[in-house]
Amino acid sequence: MKAFTYERAQSPAQAAAAVARKPGAKFLAGGTNLLDLMKLQIETPTHLVDVQDLKLDRIEETAEGGLRIGALVRNTALASDMRVRRDYGVLTKAIVAGASGQLRNKATTAGNLLQRTRCPYFYDTNQPCNKRQPGSGCGAIGGVSRQLGVIGVSDACIATYPGDMAVALRLLDAHVETVDPQGAVRSIPIGEFHRLWGDTPHLETSLKRGELITAVTLPRPIGGRHLYHKVRDRASYAFALVSVAAVIHPDGSGRVAFGGVAPRPWRVEAAEEAMPRGAQAVTAQVFAEARPTADNRFKLQLATRTLAGVMAEARA
Amino acid sequence: MKFETPAGKNPIDQLKVVGRATSRIDGRLKTTGNAPYAYEQHDVAAHQAYGFVVGAAIAKGRITAMDTTLARAAPGVVAVIGTLDHAQPLPKSRFNTAHLFGGPQVEHYHQAIALVVADSFEQARAAAALIRTDYAREPGQFDLAKAAPDAPLVPGSKGKPDVARVGDFDTAFTQAPVQLDRSYTTPDESHAMMEPHATIAAWDGDRLTVWTSNQMIAWGKASLATTLGMPPEKIRLNAPFIGGGFGGKLFIRADVVLAALGAKAAGRPVKLALTRPMMMNNTTHRPATIQRVRLGATRDGKLTAIAHSSASGDLPGGDPEAAVSQTQLLYAAPHRETFMKLAVLDLPEGNAMRAPGEAPGLMVLEMAMDEMAEKLGMDPVEFRILNDTQVDPAKPDRSFSQRHLIECLRTGAEKFGWSKRNPKPAQVREGRWLIGMGVAAGFRNNLLMKSAARIRLERGGRLTVETDMTDIGTGSYTILAQTAAEMMGVPLDAVTVKLGDSDFPASAGSGGQWGGNNSTAGLYAACVKLRAMVAQTLGLSENAHFADGKVIEGEKALPLAQAAREGPLTAEDLIEYGTLDKQYQQSTFASHFVEAAVDAYTGETRIRRMLAVCDAGRILNPKAARSQVIGAMTMGVGAALSEELAVDKRFGYFVNHDLAGYEVAVHADIPHQEVMFLDYPDDKSSPMKAKGVGELGLCGVGAAIANAIYNATGVRVRDYPITLDKHLEHLPVLA
Ligand SMILES: Cc1cc2nc3c(=O)[nH]c(=O)nc-3n(C[C@H](O)[C@H](O)[C@H](O)COP(=O)(O)OP(=O)(O)OC[C@H]3O[C@@H](n4cnc5c(N)ncnc54)[C@H](O)[C@@H]3O)c2cc1C
Ligand code: SF4
Repeated sequence: MKAFTYERAQSPAQAAAAVARKPGAKFLAGGTNLLDLMKLQIETPTHLVDVQDLKLDRIEETAEGGLRIGALVRNTALASDMRVRRDYGVLTKAIVAGASGQLRNKATTAGNLLQRTRCPYFYDTNQPCNKRQPGSGCGAIGGVSRQLGVIGVSDACIATYPGDMAVALRLLDAHVETVDPQGAVRSIPIGEFHRLWGDTPHLETSLKRGELITAVTLPRPIGGRHLYHKVRDRASYAFALVSVAAVIHPDGSGRVAFGGVAPRPWRVEAAEEAMPRGAQAVTAQVFAEARPTADNRFKLQLATRTLAGVMAEARA
Repeated sequence: MKFETPAGKNPIDQLKVVGRATSRIDGRLKTTGNAPYAYEQHDVAAHQAYGFVVGAAIAKGRITAMDTTLARAAPGVVAVIGTLDHAQPLPKSRFNTAHLFGGPQVEHYHQAIALVVADSFEQARAAAALIRTDYAREPGQFDLAKAAPDAPLVPGSKGKPDVARVGDFDTAFTQAPVQLDRSYTTPDESHAMMEPHATIAAWDGDRLTVWTSNQMIAWGKASLATTLGMPPEKIRLNAPFIGGGFGGKLFIRADVVLAALGAKAAGRPVKLALTRPMMMNNTTHRPATIQRVRLGATRDGKLTAIAHSSASGDLPGGDPEAAVSQTQLLYAAPHRETFMKLAVLDLPEGNAMRAPGEAPGLMVLEMAMDEMAEKLGMDPVEFRILNDTQVDPAKPDRSFSQRHLIECLRTGAEKFGWSKRNPKPAQVREGRWLIGMGVAAGFRNNLLMKSAARIRLERGGRLTVETDMTDIGTGSYTILAQTAAEMMGVPLDAVTVKLGDSDFPASAGSGGQWGGNNSTAGLYAACVKLRAMVAQTLGLSENAHFADGKVIEGEKALPLAQAAREGPLTAEDLIEYGTLDKQYQQSTFASHFVEAAVDAYTGETRIRRMLAVCDAGRILNPKAARSQVIGAMTMGVGAALSEELAVDKRFGYFVNHDLAGYEVAVHADIPHQEVMFLDYPDDKSSPMKAKGVGELGLCGVGAAIANAIYNATGVRVRDYPITLDKHLEHLPVLA
């Protein structure tokens, strides 16, 4: 860990301005991802702006009949909120499939969205990694890549966005609300929030420097059966090899998004009209452009089979 | 005391304290956080500075330059030691394959190449990142599959032939009406114990004390003396509590060497711990194997020919993973052949991990037995029973001291409901789950090692036991207290046990499941001496009997404490062994039964039930033994389903070097576990009539799981761990 300075911001605009002011400054929320990365010197911020006093920890109903989730709402609180459990069950299921009870008590909504990849080469500072050190090469291509991405990846980086919560948010058409250092607010559709890696895998989201996430909003509930199936090598406490978030209606129509396969939660809306025809019909379109490695080719079949299982569960 | 003839009746047979399920006497200290582990010995030496170890960034090559200027100038830094400070690697003991520190040559990834000592841990870590090292990389061999075909045979130990042969395997196998010839692989594995390798070192003039985490105190002291080039008498090694080792702490590692060097350079005590990635690439691991088993049998299921070979790799001068050893003893067959090959690999050092040899060996042999049973159309339990042997197949006049494998299998089958298993695979479904049952035999030798202990009758009648034996979480404190209490006729809480100090008599230490039997036998010997001293002091004969805090002979019953009225009485002795382990084959046996469920959609495996039935001599403390066995079964679940150090074959290191990437089983993976002990005292093992059990619990578990998965799915995966990608495409296609 490199020495850094620290301050606690008192308002969202002030926090955004504080980060914009100092080169190398970052926001600190629950710290469960950022501090780990700092200990390994993968992240080396010079200044931390702690956002925990910003009172962004409420879940409110919106005028449109949806929910507005404060950026600092803890994962545990979000997953256990009665409205979320009732109307957005897929979100609860996705959150509790992630990390551990202790981590979820600490992890925040914004921090979770911004968690970084779990590529093992990213985690070892002796190894080349374009994401950690632009231009150094990608250790994972030609290396151990079983966990890594099969679609939306590039020649510069094949890492995945590893999280669970965001897969459900993508399915639910959430928006990310922000305030920038000038005090301007905007609302980013979740589908445009995480970038594909392209040639610049170190740029991971559409946030600008100093832009603070204040909330995540959910549109009106869409009904249907809410399901999340996370596949992993052990029963708990592991990142997804593949995960499937789905909302399925009695006629077999619905929505589906995949985790553990791409730089962002992977959803192809156009493929969803094939849902009544079964899993294969959907994944054939969703993964049409897949570029797996020899190590992770199995994820394609796994995605289809997992979706088939989810569809069967919806019918049961 | 020399143990040369089978034990007769002795005070341990009373079983008033020994043999009873007893909670750990150190349990309260541990659960309340008051058992200080090496890194937590805050009070033993004042003014401790913190060390941070830097690991090599390449797997093989030379360090051409190292610039420590920035690190030395960083805040709080007290001292910096670089590998180039030494022209040559420091000498290593016979226990170490890789050098621990010094010189320009890099032998493996994360080899320790520098140490930074600072006032705080954070300062040391930050400064360590400022060291700049230039390397000249050299090509290395990191791929076992590539290296194995040309690897040389491992020479037979003690003049035995390289290939161990009985009868004429080739002919018998060729003529066998039913044959099986299969290859299997097991991966590199990490011990992944909770407590890292950690040491506090303090110098007092030319005397060195280290508080460290080590399973074998006497070996550690001797090795450290060799590496530091100093007389062993000047070293004191102390490891009263150890947060797991599994073989990863049998030998000294870079932490203790660098703490000592750092403390010297800093002029004050230094504490340091290896980081988790360093544990995986700097220390040792269980080496991967490529194994082949050939079995020949008659149509009615009698094995006529057994061959087992294994190839593994290690650094130059290293050792093989002895995966074929159990195959020499487990089943009868007149014609046999076993051998090993050892390739040179430039990966980190391969070395002992819990049940070295047997753990991966049985994962394979017992899967092959399952395959053969199926070929023969036999029940796998009956097939094993039919091929049991009561003698060493290579020397039929040499019998096992005891062997109740058949009873383990029969009892286990009965208890587990084995008769409900459908022998035809892929038949049982519960919703999306494919259900199967599997069985495997467990086998691990019982090793006899000399072991010494001291016992003191204090004024007032309390007893103090001192031995350098270690408790690596196994329950050593408790079984030693039970032994002393039984021998001296006092309650358990009248005994204080002090362990893990090199100033105490040298014990067998903890490893190879030899610790329990040998260390208690050493204490037994010391107690026999103390009983004689007490009897003499009290004017009684050797026939006096010790019970209820009294020494009793005829009409006389004197308080034990009376013998120490004039001052403490101290006895020290050593158990040494004659040739009973040559005359008899001493081994331990188990049956493992597993029910597994495989998700027909995703291929995920979830274990549902596990049962182990163990035949391991007298069980000194059923509670501690059960804990050992369920822990071992848990480790077996990891080995079967998820544990694998993934090798980057270009850069030569284990990529998944943390507990997020190296997946041991978690609570959610562990189902209902049951353990039964047959509890037959073995009079040839020691006066305690006990044998090892801590490794037995792991032996065979992996294969029982693999066989259950096969029974569930009908897909045979011969490449551990059995992750879902390996059978996914062969599972039934579901809409
Ligand atoms: C052992 C382990 C296992 C895990 N397993 C899983 C898993 O299975 N599934 C899963 O989904 N996740 C998993 N996680 C990740 C976990 O969900 C994240 O660490 C957590 O959600 C991050 O939230 P935080 O509040 O602690 O973020 P922090 O670590 O505080 O911040 C993360 C990033 O977000 C930025 N940030 C924080 N708040 C804001 C804001 N308001 N505006 C702008 N930027 C902000 C920070 O600057 C930082 O870059 C695991 C983590 C660990 C350590
Ligand atoms: S896949 Fe991406 S994160 Fe991983 S090594 Fe390559 S560039 Fe780095």
